[in-house]
Amino acid sequence: MSNPDELPGGDGPGYYRRMQAAVEELLILKGVVTADDVDRQVEAMASRDYTRGAKMVARAWVDPGYQARMLADGSAAAAELGLEIGPLRVIVVANTPEVHNVIVCTLCSCYPRMLLGIPPEWYKSRAYRSRVVREPRAVLAEFGTQLPEHVRIRVHDSTADMRYMVLPMRPAGTAGWSEERLASLVTRDALIGEAQIPEIV
Amino acid sequence: MGTAEPAAARFRAGDRVRVRAAYPPGHLRTPYYCRGRVGVVERLCGAFANPEELAYNRSGLPAQPLYRVRFRAADLWPDYAENREDVVEIEIYQHWLEQAA
Repeated sequence: MSNPDELPGGDGPGYYRRMQAAVEELLILKGVVTADDVDRQVEAMASRDYTRGAKMVARAWVDPGYQARMLADGSAAAAELGLEIGPLRVIVVANTPEVHNVIVCTLCSCYPRMLLGIPPEWYKSRAYRSRVVREPRAVLAEFGTQLPEHVRIRVHDSTADMRYMVLPMRPAGTAGWSEERLASLVTRDALIGEAQIPEIV
Repeated sequence: MGTAEPAAARFRAGDRVRVRAAYPPGHLRTPYYCRGRVGVVERLCGAFANPEELAYNRSGLPAQPLYRVRFRAADLWPDYAENREDVVEIEIYQHWLEQAA
C-alpha cells in the first residue's frame, strides 16, 4: 500500500495529508481544539497497544469467573482491570475447538483501538476487508493459520457501534503459568483472529 | 427535532429478519453484501443515534435499536466455497430490518 503521507517520488505530502493538515489548522483557528489537545490525543493513541487486550486474555485464562464476565460485557471487564476505554462498547468472542472468530470492518477500519492500539495496515486494506467475509480460510492460510475442516468460522463485521476482540484458546503446555507469562504469549493477530497461539512444547 | 426516547425494539434474539434491499444515497452503515438477505438476530446491542443522520450533523434521535444479525456465509455468497456452516455477523440498525417468514 502506498504511504498516504507522501506523493510518489518524494514530492511532499499527498492529498489526504494536506486535507488533514488544513482541517486541523481550521479547528485550531476556530478555537474548537488546541494544538496541545491534538498532540495529547496522538500521544495517547500511540501509547496504547495490544498488550492491554493481552492482559484481559491472560486473566480470562486463569479466572473462569472473569472469563464469564468478560464474555457477558467486554467493556466492564476492561474496567475491572483498570483499563480506561472511554465509551467504547466491546464484545469479546471466544474461540473454541469448534468455532474460530475473525474480526473485520468491511465499511472502513473500525478497530478496538483502546484495547489493541493502532490497527495494522493490512486490517485497513481493501483486500483484507473484502476477502475475509468471502473466503476467510484462504485469508487465514495466508497468515499461516490452518484450521481443521470441521471448525466453523464466525466473521464479525464491525459495521456500527460495537468493537470486537477475540479470546484465543489457551495453548497446551502452559499449566501453572503466571498471568504475566501467559500474557506474553498473546499476539495482536490472535486478538483479531488471524492467528492462533501455538502450544508450548 | 428528534425526541430523546429511543425507538422501541421490534425484534428479539432468535428472530428471523430480512435486510431491506434499499439503495438510498448518503452515509450508510449497512453493507451492500447483506441487503435483501435473511439472517437471525444474535443479540440486541442497545439503542444508538442513527449514523445516517449524525453524518449530516443532525441529532440522530430517536436512537435506533442496533442488532447483531447472523447470516450463513452461504446465504450471503451463493458460490461460497468454504465450510457451509460458516457465518458472518453484522451490526444492523432496526430501520433496515423487516420480519422474515
